[in-house]
Amino acid sequence: MLPAVDVRQVHKHYGSLHALDGVDLRVEQGEFFGLLGPNGAGKTTLINLLAGLALPDGGEISVLGHDVVRQYRDSRRLLGVVPQELVFDPFFSVRETLRLQSGYFGLRRNDAWIDEVMHHLDLTDKADINMRRLSGGMKRRVLVAQALVHKPPVIVLDEPTAGVDVELRQSMWRFIQRLNREGQTVLLTTHYLEEAETLCGRIAMLKRGRVVALDSTKNLLSTIAGCRVRLKLDSTLPASLLPQVIEQTGESYLLALSSYQALEMVLAEVRQAGNAVQEIELLQPDLEDVFIRVMGRAC
Amino acid sequence: MLSFYTLFYKETLRVQKVAFQTLLAPILTALLYLLIFSHVLEQHVEVYPGVRYTAFLIPGLVMMSVLQNAFANSSSSLIQSKITGNIVFVLLAPIAYGEFFAAYVLASVVRGLAVGLGVYLSALWFAQPPLQYPLWIVVFAVLGSALLGSLGVVAGIWAEKFDQLAGFQNFIIMPLTFLSGVFYSIHSLPDFWQDLSRFNPIFYMIDGFRYGFFGVSDISPWFSLEVVGGCLLVMTGFTLAMLRSGYKLRG
Repeated sequence: MLPAVDVRQVHKHYGSLHALDGVDLRVEQGEFFGLLGPNGAGKTTLINLLAGLALPDGGEISVLGHDVVRQYRDSRRLLGVVPQELVFDPFFSVRETLRLQSGYFGLRRNDAWIDEVMHHLDLTDKADINMRRLSGGMKRRVLVAQALVHKPPVIVLDEPTAGVDVELRQSMWRFIQRLNREGQTVLLTTHYLEEAETLCGRIAMLKRGRVVALDSTKNLLSTIAGCRVRLKLDSTLPASLLPQVIEQTGESYLLALSSYQALEMVLAEVRQAGNAVQEIELLQPDLEDVFIRVMGRAC
Repeated sequence: MLSFYTLFYKETLRVQKVAFQTLLAPILTALLYLLIFSHVLEQHVEVYPGVRYTAFLIPGLVMMSVLQNAFANSSSSLIQSKITGNIVFVLLAPIAYGEFFAAYVLASVVRGLAVGLGVYLSALWFAQPPLQYPLWIVVFAVLGSALLGSLGVVAGIWAEKFDQLAGFQNFIIMPLTFLSGVFYSIHSLPDFWQDLSRFNPIFYMIDGFRYGFFGVSDISPWFSLEVVGGCLLVMTGFTLAMLRSGYKLRG
């Protein structure tokens, strides 16, 4: 089966900055794929190359087998991109915007699907309102709707929930997850790591234009052994436990444990020192831990 | 084809939504020129024998409006889209660069002709120039507005801020238009300025366009057609090459 997105040895320079340095990446059809990395890692550059908003200096990118430079019309027809910047055309209403976007993709009578997309993104009652009069969150919804008007098999979301309220995030993710279940591939970049952890089956991490980690979310999480416990005590922690402390706020301590069994030992030492535990919270490792470890390692 | 049509439709819809600025304002400006120049010069100047100065002026003003508005349409639309960022919607779509070019230029031609027609119809109140060869009028109006529309695409893509576009408009388009024989025949100029005018492509557009009204011109309309057609071909080739390279649009 053709990969949904195939990135092969892609390089991109901006002056002296090597924004992408030999990136290789393959996103399979039907995947919910996350692209993570700190600011300036090259995520948006990679998406711009994929979408044809910029041209690569070396290497090749294809969407469902269509090269994004040589067969740009075919590859763009297969992609629906939600850009990071909150942009809109101030001359038109929501419905006009979506009809125009449909027309750009060669679709003449698309109102049934436009109505459905607007319904799922809670835009129906704003259909005839000029884009200038919408709030930031509403404009973001229209951006998502614009990317979906031509039912693209590959959806690219570049930081789609930046500055967006919880309600929109939830309704948007419900809709995107439904499309993903129906077979559409989703490529997501986000700064919200819990979002990536919940949604993405596989994740690639970029740093300084290079892929520094690429695996399933489950495998990435399993690279962090043990767990963590947050204890709130009535006095100071015994000195023997201080090497395990990751974070301290007053009498509240976050400790790293090698395994769940180690928790028993910690509590025994606390009791032996005559301290009482006021609150206890057991924490699983999350993607943030993986992210910090990978980014710290990949210098 | 539908991509091209949609982009063209979007551009003409934009013009309609701000019609005060894009259609009515330039018509009013041209009528003010007509009012003032005809009032001052009507009794003093006769460019062609038996033709009133006001009648002589009308075709020039019409063509000047056509050209300036064709340029303004593509250039201002593109720079606005670039600065606000919404050009991304066009760049993400499967629109070939030839379709992109054709849509912006055709929309410029439509706006140029709409303003020109508005100026012409309003100016009939002041004088009624004859219509000797209507086909020449249409040919020069279409080719001229296409050439300026294409130049507007180049300027709109090249300029990174409104100031640069204003510079292009005020220091290149405006002088070339005003020094092209809109208000006079180049035969009334000293030899040096007559010779210099022959390097101005807008002179040939105005002169050929005016020939369609009076059947009289400074230069043969066929030669003007060759110059204007040649310039349009060169400009089209240059603009298409620029769009194909992704210059300033696809980083």
